[in-house]
Amino acid sequence: MTKTSKISRRSTLLGLGAGASALAAGGVLPGSLGFAQAQSSAPIKIGFQKHATGIGAAYGRWYDVATNAAAARINEMGGINGRPVEIITEDDATDPGRGAEVLEKFANQHEVDVAFGTLFSHVVIGSAPRAGELKLPYFVVSEGHHVASGMLNRYTLQPGITDVKSQVISMAPFVADNLGKKVTMIYPDFAFGHDHRDFFSQAIEAQGGEVVAKIAIPPTETTFTRYFPSIPRETEVIYHVMVGPAVLTFVKEMGEFFGPSRPEIFGFIDSLEAVDIQSPGLEFLEGTYFWEGMPRYKQANESEAASAYRAAVGVNDSGAAIDDPANVATYAHMFGCWETMHIIKAGMEAADYQGPADRSKLIEAVEAMTDMPESIEHPQGEKVFNGKTHQTFGKQYISKVGDGRLDVVHTASIEDGLYEDEVDYTTQSF
Amino acid sequence: MDFGPHLMLASIEGAVISAILVLTAMGLSIVFGVMRVVNVAHGEFFMLGAVFAWAVSTLIGGHAGFGFVAALLIVPVLVGCIAAGVDQLILKRIDYDVDRTIVATIGVLYIVQQSTLMLYGPEARPVAPPFNTRLALPWFEFGADGFQMIWPWGLSVTTYKLFVIIAAISVLGMLWFVLTRTKIGLIMRATQQDREMAQAFGVPVNRVYSWVFGLGAGLAALGAVLVVPIQQAHYLMGGDPLLLAFIVVIIGGLGSLPGTVIAAVLIGMSDGIISVFFSPTLAKIIATFLVAMVLVFRPQGLMGRVAA
Repeated sequence: MTKTSKISRRSTLLGLGAGASALAAGGVLPGSLGFAQAQSSAPIKIGFQKHATGIGAAYGRWYDVATNAAAARINEMGGINGRPVEIITEDDATDPGRGAEVLEKFANQHEVDVAFGTLFSHVVIGSAPRAGELKLPYFVVSEGHHVASGMLNRYTLQPGITDVKSQVISMAPFVADNLGKKVTMIYPDFAFGHDHRDFFSQAIEAQGGEVVAKIAIPPTETTFTRYFPSIPRETEVIYHVMVGPAVLTFVKEMGEFFGPSRPEIFGFIDSLEAVDIQSPGLEFLEGTYFWEGMPRYKQANESEAASAYRAAVGVNDSGAAIDDPANVATYAHMFGCWETMHIIKAGMEAADYQGPADRSKLIEAVEAMTDMPESIEHPQGEKVFNGKTHQTFGKQYISKVGDGRLDVVHTASIEDGLYEDEVDYTTQSF
Repeated sequence: MDFGPHLMLASIEGAVISAILVLTAMGLSIVFGVMRVVNVAHGEFFMLGAVFAWAVSTLIGGHAGFGFVAALLIVPVLVGCIAAGVDQLILKRIDYDVDRTIVATIGVLYIVQQSTLMLYGPEARPVAPPFNTRLALPWFEFGADGFQMIWPWGLSVTTYKLFVIIAAISVLGMLWFVLTRTKIGLIMRATQQDREMAQAFGVPVNRVYSWVFGLGAGLAALGAVLVVPIQQAHYLMGGDPLLLAFIVVIIGGLGSLPGTVIAAVLIGMSDGIISVFFSPTLAKIIATFLVAMVLVFRPQGLMGRVAA
């Protein structure tokens, strides 16, 4: 180097010293000031594992909105056990390896009370074993069946969103009765897609239908026309559930492939979350059906709680951000973050949660929950939580695309989606 | 689907992939040929092309055609200027040293990608094609009633996809003309053959490098503008084109333009056909296997010359 650097040893030391004293003054360093605050007024820290980058980034951004809106509401109401809630966000890059590291960071560096908020199933499956080892309650909002299947552990719970198996079972009767009995499934080739494949195949057979072809697509695929020739000619219904940034291409190319002679099409809105249904190329979706966890477009009979929630997360009647109508929400899923936050609050209050030593009490308190009536805490609708399987069950919606919007045509009840327990986590020790 | 129509559909898909690939790989190949720089950030210039195409067509509004034509004219130049800036700011200062340019362009890759994430966001945004009519394609077969024309289910192409193929061929034609029939091309070829000798004859080598780096990025951006009405603009879309472009350039011979075209068509068509009949994963396996074989048995590539 020819020029001397402007950062000298002396200025570095000075800066470090100033920084350290600032930290001490702020009560971050353990010292005389650190104890001045009573422990009971320290914030409850919730570690939010966010898909800020990677293929889940659009979901991550809206999960963030719902989470922070819920935290703001909880703090307005006086926090949890009189203590404010603080959300600590870490990016997991929608990557399972990184997800496990984030949990470690939460437990050891941020010393959070609980971890929360993961959607993508491979990240949940990659992170949950670490949560169990760290004895950190891990509230996921993933819809995957891995919680209720018994694959994970007592520290992992999914109280805010129904799992795929239940969603799929509750859809099958509608598909078989109204659309057709010969189904071709198109799904992403990882755990979430396999859940759809396995459970829908069983469910449609129980309705007297059959799956005539199963087309698995790698999650990073960008073009799809090449997959469509494998759709058998006898297909009456296409069942599609795709995730990731290329979903719009998928739906568009499917339209171009079929042209005017398409079969009935039933999809999971996952294929179009965060995508405007009026985007160019999606015209052909008119008259097709979608599962929705929560109706994106405001319905005439929308409950007061659902409308209040819609306002709290800053979403307009068409399911996009109020301040930017081009920014479409992941509305069918993000309610799960809002509801889970309120369940964490209810659980901590029931357990009289004081700190990390009470983590197992918190899990027992959540396991003891059963009925969750529709309310502002549960705007998507009433739910039944199964403490043994750590899984919640709620109503599901089927909407039809018409005039460039989605309107609910069928509501599946909680009973439609119930299935036998596959695990009893309460028998596991902490 | 029957074999014949199926093969036809696969070939059309393959031709579209080849068309985009040939533009992207050509950019990479020219940059390597003239500057001996392995541009790892090439895929990000492709991505920038797509993102800017979205921005331009959204700003202009009105009929989709206006926005698209504006993007086609403005975006490659804009991305080219950014790339030329990268050349002046970074590559020139590390003397185009082979190892250091690789590391530096990896840095550029992440800077461009993450800035796009911060400024543009994580979602995939569509650009409306200027025209997009679905053309059902006929198929001929000898049935019970003799020779007849049928319209198989699903056998179709869109006018826009045909346009992409034609556009790529015309851009290639123009590029060939510029490189072989104009003074700019002569200067570029002179720089490629012997940098010091060219400089001795008064060729402003540093400026040529900036132009070439800009041209390479501009070609990638042009490919992206063409592809963005088919796929959407997304901040991670640069990865696949980079990998495929490298495969093409290695098979064709680094720096060899005819080799690049042949390899792009080969890889694009095989990707289309193999992935329709077997699986897309198998297509990728075969392509990377080909690269390995070429590196083992013909390291200079199909059309590459052995370094003197």
